[in-house]
Amino acid sequence: MTPTTYKEPTARGYYGQFGGAFIPEMLYPNVEELRSTYLTILADPEFQREYQQLLRDFVGRPTPLFEAKRLSKKYNTRIFLKREDLCHTGAHKVNNTVGQILLAQRLGKTRIIAETGAGQHGVATATVCALMGMECIVYMGSVDMERQRPNVERMRLLGAEVRPATSGSQTLKDATNEAIRDWISNPVDTHYIIGSVVGPHPYPDLVARLQAIISEEMRKQLLEKTGSELPQYVVACVGGGSNAAGAFYHFLDEPSVKLVAVEAAGHGITSGHSAATSVLGKPGIIHGSRTLLMQDEDGQITEPYSLSAGLDYPGIGPLHAYLAAEGRAQFISIEDEQALRAVAECSRLEGIIPALETAHALAALGQLGAGPDDVVVINLSGRGDKDLETYMKYADTIH
Amino acid sequence: MNRIQQAFEKEGKLLNIYFTAGYPALDSTVPMLKALSKAGADLIEIGMPFSDPLADGPVIQQSSTVALQNGMNMRVLFTQLKDIRQEVPETPILLMGYLNPVMQFGVENFCREAAAAGVDGVILPDLPLDDYVDEYQETFRRYNLKPVFLITPQTAEARIRRIDELTDSFLYLVSGPGTTGGANTQAVGVQEAYFQRIEAMQLRNPRLIGFGIADKASFQQACQYAEGAIIGSALIKALDGADDAPAAAARFVSSVLN
Repeated sequence: MTPTTYKEPTARGYYGQFGGAFIPEMLYPNVEELRSTYLTILADPEFQREYQQLLRDFVGRPTPLFEAKRLSKKYNTRIFLKREDLCHTGAHKVNNTVGQILLAQRLGKTRIIAETGAGQHGVATATVCALMGMECIVYMGSVDMERQRPNVERMRLLGAEVRPATSGSQTLKDATNEAIRDWISNPVDTHYIIGSVVGPHPYPDLVARLQAIISEEMRKQLLEKTGSELPQYVVACVGGGSNAAGAFYHFLDEPSVKLVAVEAAGHGITSGHSAATSVLGKPGIIHGSRTLLMQDEDGQITEPYSLSAGLDYPGIGPLHAYLAAEGRAQFISIEDEQALRAVAECSRLEGIIPALETAHALAALGQLGAGPDDVVVINLSGRGDKDLETYMKYADTIH
Repeated sequence: MNRIQQAFEKEGKLLNIYFTAGYPALDSTVPMLKALSKAGADLIEIGMPFSDPLADGPVIQQSSTVALQNGMNMRVLFTQLKDIRQEVPETPILLMGYLNPVMQFGVENFCREAAAAGVDGVILPDLPLDDYVDEYQETFRRYNLKPVFLITPQTAEARIRRIDELTDSFLYLVSGPGTTGGANTQAVGVQEAYFQRIEAMQLRNPRLIGFGIADKASFQQACQYAEGAIIGSALIKALDGADDAPAAAARFVSSVLN
């Protein structure tokens, strides 16, 4: 049976068989406090007033919906770019951190922790902590600290402490483990700002609701520009899946809108070096959530790979696992090289240098099968400044 | 009466020792069990290594990584434990680990193999109470496996009572905030009010205090507030650089008890 809504998880945080809150008892009081209060706080008019005001005056919302005419010509369809790259701090991540810092204040928390992969969520968290005068500790895999150095420096400049995660693959998964361990050790004064639609319930729903502003604006802007609130396609890249959740949210229950989630295939799906969870994952538990997960036959979580630090996560948010299982979203995987070529294409055709994560969504344009009368919205989730070193290193592929 | 309950019949305080299966060597598991039991451990928890042990500090994380590199997995573990009750007939044995490897092995398979080996209890810190009741309880009961649940200083009274109803083994009192092997040793005194509050609740199950218990002094301190205590990380640390890990484990147990 097709559900009446894909948006709402059950009371225990399930989207179909995915979700839940698989957490040790040490985290239970914190997660329970959040679960029992988040909907009331989000609905509070005073919260909404502050949140909307910060989104407008601090983040710079609404972000434009830009008609990409040269890309449209090349792909013979009508392409719009939702310019989340123009958000303060350079990506959509700040939509969530602005909301969660206001939530943390209402819960009486004084210390903020976060995990980060590409560094965008870490920067967005450090930014709102500076804004609100809160202590901020960001966990980041040591491999990611190396490949996203400018973001490490930005976080430090904003007054955050960046702590390297040195276990496992030393990337996003391990940074998340360390952040969770910190929360276990600091259960009273600390709020954990998770950066994606992952983790125990209510985080996937909380983050999806805070990112839903993206699709809320898209609908209004599409009506203005195309005469219809509904496009034929909405395309977004998926690591954990927060920008995709935000871009899909207000279209989830509109069956005419095709939702396309683009994962990182790294060196290729069958290469053993990829992060294409919807293809390679099986149901399992990671970071407190039952979802699709890349793991070996013994249930040990395997190390994902993508050139982009924001996509190499071995799971996906439970909402996305559900959309994949139900066939509500189409999942496409894009390899490193295809993404790098899409960086060059978008830069030269539209004058916009996208983040490497975002470039995966752009690289899917050729695979959509969209026709000349179709409207395609790509969520341009972040800008490419942070990836300049990578782009320089792979200049031969790009040029 | 199950083996865990029998163990609590004993006069005096109980020492529960945790070690990681397949550490330091793949075939260490059985020699470690024998040595720990012989040295006087009253209960033994065998850690099932997991790639992402969220509730564990660096020492148990590292031992888990090594155990996985050694080739430890559920199938190997149950093969090793096949005849363990001939070697260690009385000491309660519990399996401790994370839910995902159990899920992938299959709950039914896991419980059947554990029961066949003579395992008495299971500790899965990331298994939520509601999910246990809905999806696991019936299978655990059928194989007479006792679940052990954690309680922390923040756990509410109603929840503690619910946990107490769900098992016939013991309650695992986490000594304070933090992952395993942390510096809660001094905190045991600080948490006096918490331990006394739990004691005053007159619960059905006995209590063991764990996390940060590292030596004779902290063991004895914890024993003032409960029927005994649990040591894991300190035991793993004591194996560092030992030529004969079971002998080192036995020496460690003696150092705590004597």
